[in-house]
Amino acid sequence: MTTAATVSEETDSPYALSHLDALESEAVHIFREVAGEFERPVILFSGGKDSIVMLHLALKAFRPASVPFSLLHVDTGHNFPEVLDYRDRTVEKHGLRLHVASVQDYIDRGVLKERPDGTRNPLQTLPLTEKIQAEKFDAVFGGGRRDEEKARAKERVFSLRDEFSQWDPRRQRPELWNLYNGRHAPGEHVRVFPLSNWTELDVWQYIAREGIELPQIYYAHEREVFRRSGMWLTAGEWGGPKDDESVEKRLVRYRTVGDMSCTGAVDSEADTIEKVIVEIAASRLTERGATRADDKMSEAAMEDRKREGYF
Amino acid sequence: MSTITTEELAETTLLRFATAGSVDDGKSTLVGRLLHDSKSVLTDQLEAVERASASRGQEAPDLALLTDGLRAEREQGITIDVAYRYFATPLRRFILADTPGHVQYTRNMVTGASTAELTVILVDARNGVVEQTRRHAALAALLRVPHVVLAVNKMDLVAYEEKVFAAIAEEFTAYATELGVPEVTAIPISALVGDNVVEPSANMDWYGGPTVLEHLETVPVSHDLSHCHARLPVQYVIRPQNSDHPDYRGYAGQIAAGSFHVGEQVTVLPSGRTSKVAGIDLLGEPVDVAWTTQSVTLLLEDDIDISRGDLIVPTKDAPATTQDIEATVCHVADAPLTVGHRVLLKHGTRTVKAIVKDIPSRLTLDDLSLHPHPGQLVANDIGRVKIRTAEPLPVDSYSDSRRTGSFILIDPNDGQTLTAGMVGESFAAPEPVRDEAEDDGWDF
Repeated sequence: MTTAATVSEETDSPYALSHLDALESEAVHIFREVAGEFERPVILFSGGKDSIVMLHLALKAFRPASVPFSLLHVDTGHNFPEVLDYRDRTVEKHGLRLHVASVQDYIDRGVLKERPDGTRNPLQTLPLTEKIQAEKFDAVFGGGRRDEEKARAKERVFSLRDEFSQWDPRRQRPELWNLYNGRHAPGEHVRVFPLSNWTELDVWQYIAREGIELPQIYYAHEREVFRRSGMWLTAGEWGGPKDDESVEKRLVRYRTVGDMSCTGAVDSEADTIEKVIVEIAASRLTERGATRADDKMSEAAMEDRKREGYF
Repeated sequence: MSTITTEELAETTLLRFATAGSVDDGKSTLVGRLLHDSKSVLTDQLEAVERASASRGQEAPDLALLTDGLRAEREQGITIDVAYRYFATPLRRFILADTPGHVQYTRNMVTGASTAELTVILVDARNGVVEQTRRHAALAALLRVPHVVLAVNKMDLVAYEEKVFAAIAEEFTAYATELGVPEVTAIPISALVGDNVVEPSANMDWYGGPTVLEHLETVPVSHDLSHCHARLPVQYVIRPQNSDHPDYRGYAGQIAAGSFHVGEQVTVLPSGRTSKVAGIDLLGEPVDVAWTTQSVTLLLEDDIDISRGDLIVPTKDAPATTQDIEATVCHVADAPLTVGHRVLLKHGTRTVKAIVKDIPSRLTLDDLSLHPHPGQLVANDIGRVKIRTAEPLPVDSYSDSRRTGSFILIDPNDGQTLTAGMVGESFAAPEPVRDEAEDDGWDF
């Protein structure tokens, strides 16, 4: 079969950007719009691949100057140690400022209550929104992509949130051309999604092209896991395994990085980025479908959480 | 399943396109088939649809649930908002703006078409060109979507007859051409059966053209830049002020049209100051030439005052600046737009105060008739508007440049996006807009 490169030469002018260049340019435009129009923007940074790509794009957008944003991590208290280590090294390497909103703090203070199922994903919303209010952040970059989930497919690039951080899909502003509207009242803020138009595969192809380092849990490695609700979860102090669940050592990797209690690993032998890309391209499961327990709670789980202020 | 090679995963190009058509025309089926046959619907998504359909007591999975993501949409069984879908083939990556077809959602179609390079207009072969089709064609023409595909659907219900297709294609093409649509590709399809969507049809051997997907994969995505006016709206001034770069002062922005090269004489608008391009940084790497839609940083030879909102253009090809803008607009907010309305106008990276001086006409999309001096525009109305801005703006005609010929109006009180605007003449103008340069030649 003809290779893609040959065909594009036949059909496109030499000025047509490759899809990765087009997506990169669009994301950089979004970062620069926010830098130009907002007072206190912040990048949500979890140490997951999407937030790592976001930070990489922000670094490129302002080169040779430094990134005019700080970072915010919502620490569930159940994070993968490799990811926390990556987070701290990244902050130091680029001389950035890191804000942390801690779910554990809220539980210790009795403000939030641990759920019976042990998952802390839904508990992130309050610490996140209170931190946004306390620090008066007016633009909050998130790594959300519209391909992740059908409620996210309806999300704007600039998404206005009220003083309670709520998302109202009916109150969304139409987005015309590339004229993003960042107007907001005091107390409101705008969630900004520079990776809106990227797919999981784009993110991986970009990571490969740019040679971006990721936490090692994204690549196949041996790990002690146990089975729960059809997913391989990492054993740990967060609450697994229970008596009827047994731990085994398997060759796995992660497609997403979140709270350990609800982020599942997939069986995989992909220990290099090239193998990961081939694996994803052939996968018949979406990344959230494969690895996120919390999205399966109800048909509109994501929409409901987003309405409350989740990212 | 076919094995995927890394060769097939090479960098490809990106096509943004929009669909138009009412539910009855089979738009959901077409979108579903494009997604499904390009293997973009994954097992867990299909399972979720099957689960949801079963819990509603439906026997077969309702593929509309794949695309209707919001509670209200599922409850009402309609699409209320633009959604963006993604799929890829080895040849190209696609961003599909999936827009509702109902006439009351004109604003959503305008939103989807504003970034689209191609629009697919669906027609039911049994009904031919109807009012709705004319509306869709008119919107594609107004928004100046470069490529229009007419998908004549449900060919299976008209016995795959060539003459049915030919008559519809001819009528539509004549209408669209009159409106100024530069290119129409008509394709006879059956989205339900799959004829000519992804696979060529065995039922229509009289048709020798491409399938919908083949056309999407091969339509050119960028145009000859030599005829474009080069434009760079300045987004942000990059000044590192560190020991490595004590004097670096770069003007960052996404090239809205045309190309810039090192050594070129440029003018900064609205001030009119001139300088030369000393260097171009493409995200940190120096290059000699850069073009639309690259995000770049321009370095100039002279240290002149430039800030966010300015427009850098070649000196030999600078637009006039004006405080009086006449445009065709689509009103997108629920509250009406009235004469005397004080608004904010965002053009490129500049937001200025403005006032609506006049609304000379409103367009009825059904028959393209003009209603003079309607007094106001309500949600989904398209009309002509005269606007006075507080500061001069370097606007292009939308027919020359979709990015520097477009603007939005914003409510200064609550920040709502009110109106989408396209500068200059269009078929919706009651009379040709007089060019200021021409006026200069007359001496009354």
